[in-house]
Amino acid sequence: MFKSVKTGLGLACVLAVMAGCSSTDTDDSANQMVEQTPPPVVEDTTATETVVPLDNVVYFDFDQSLLKPSTRELLIKHADRMRASTSGTVRLEGHADELGTREYNLALGERRANAVRDFLVLQGVNAGNLEVISYGEERPASEGSSESARAMNRRVVIN
Amino acid sequence: MMKKTVSLFFATLVSCVLAVSAQAQLVVEITEGNQDPTPVAVVPFDWSGSGVLAEDVSSIISADLRRSGLIAPVPREDMLSFPKTPEEVSFRDWRMLGTEYVVTGRMQPQANGYLLSFDLTNIFGQRKVFTKQVTGGAQQLRDIAHRAADEIFEAITGIRGAFGTQMVYVQETQRGGQPSYALMLSDIDGARARQIRRFSAPVMSPSWSPSGQEVAYVSFETGRPAIFRENLRTGARQQLTNFKGLNSSPTWSPDGSKLAMVLSKDGNPEIYVLDLPTGRFTRMTRHFSIDTEPNWMPDGKSLVFTSDRGGKPQIYQLTLATGQVDRLTFDGDYNARPRVSPDGKTLVMVHRSRGVFTIATMDIVSGRMRVLTETRLDESPSIAPNGAMLMYATKRGSKGILAAVSLDAGVKYSLPSQQGNVREPAWSPYFD
Repeated sequence: MFKSVKTGLGLACVLAVMAGCSSTDTDDSANQMVEQTPPPVVEDTTATETVVPLDNVVYFDFDQSLLKPSTRELLIKHADRMRASTSGTVRLEGHADELGTREYNLALGERRANAVRDFLVLQGVNAGNLEVISYGEERPASEGSSESARAMNRRVVIN
Repeated sequence: MMKKTVSLFFATLVSCVLAVSAQAQLVVEITEGNQDPTPVAVVPFDWSGSGVLAEDVSSIISADLRRSGLIAPVPREDMLSFPKTPEEVSFRDWRMLGTEYVVTGRMQPQANGYLLSFDLTNIFGQRKVFTKQVTGGAQQLRDIAHRAADEIFEAITGIRGAFGTQMVYVQETQRGGQPSYALMLSDIDGARARQIRRFSAPVMSPSWSPSGQEVAYVSFETGRPAIFRENLRTGARQQLTNFKGLNSSPTWSPDGSKLAMVLSKDGNPEIYVLDLPTGRFTRMTRHFSIDTEPNWMPDGKSLVFTSDRGGKPQIYQLTLATGQVDRLTFDGDYNARPRVSPDGKTLVMVHRSRGVFTIATMDIVSGRMRVLTETRLDESPSIAPNGAMLMYATKRGSKGILAAVSLDAGVKYSLPSQQGNVREPAWSPYFD
């Protein structure tokens, strides 16, 4: 094992020396080429990338208000932006599926929105900039009684 | 078991007569009746005025009695004669038809309205049970019919009739691609539906004041949930709450002086009582769980409510004087939105068994539970003031409809909406 490492290092040294030699060899010709045709210019677009909208809905399991692991990654990105942002209040709208009673679901929607709020506050977002509102099952995102429709409705929307 | 549709009858009657929004109408479909209903003939009433009456009063009475499930009205085409008075009733003819009671009646015009004199005759007993009179204004033919039906029903069954009561419910329709919500008021048979108020944001949880003059409800019109009270006669409206978080589940105390509700301004949903004369709020629960859906016991001394303090939603009782909380339901892993029968002995609730949400009753003393319905997404049970039946919301296909079931599960009927989804029925108290 030691042997192979030594061999590797030796080879690297040889290559470095060779590279050094070749660069000095081609210096003149390279300069000439730059003068003739300027290379393509690369612009830094990092600044415009930050306004690409993030997904603003997080989903929950039936009768649950625990954040899923996949949700946490997204919320950390939201928190980063909210800390940087100066633009006012963000509404966290909690929703539930059609199963169960309407008033209990109103409370469940609030519990979900609170879970999102608490996570964002832990990430350093100012609690005063977050407003929680629950619509329960009164504003479904998807009509119908299939499990996929219900999964779409168990959500918190970040607005 | 009886399977009978009377929707055509109602639809025709209503479209001929009423200026109220016919598109909002609910129609009655009787799906299941009592095993052994009493046969009663309501003979077409005599009319001594001119022209044709705007409503067929004896037909409305027959439909009321049929909906109770305890009475089987004799079809008009089976009647051998149309007696106008008890003296004209042929006991032998009616006995041959198996009819147990005959109702005869005479409509007369009165200043600004009508007078109905009606008689109940017991065929097997060969005696007149009563003759009574009911009067009403020019627009009150249906009210006259319902009051007469109440009297006939009580004389035959011993149960006070609730045919003259009303209900409030929520209707959701699409308007220009957007959902539109309305709080609706109709007779308990679904007829004479009218809009109390229209909203562009959700409206929910209507609850009657015990006087029958007002409703409380939750509206999202301000951008967040708030509790309102509205006078049904004057249209006067007042916003009662505007707290941060939930403002939900208002229910009126039996004496009308208080409103129980749910507020989450303390961080999570807690039961509060608002004293209406003073405007003072008193917090009744202190628990980190969801406490919601309060409803009053008839003596006004305690509340029943839903809480998930045990891990799953179950029903608890809160004694107001002491603050003591006792768990009432143990059967199943989801029992919620309790309502108490007028005698205080029975709870009705939404109950999940094997993944299906149904309406169930529970005897409060024995804890014995009974499932009344077998559809999938049943919710929002509301009991009639006579304690005989309850109205609830369910789904047919993807459509929200209202349905009724007797508390002994023997009678069922549904009231599908002709337009939009309907839900959250609230059965009115008696108006006298």
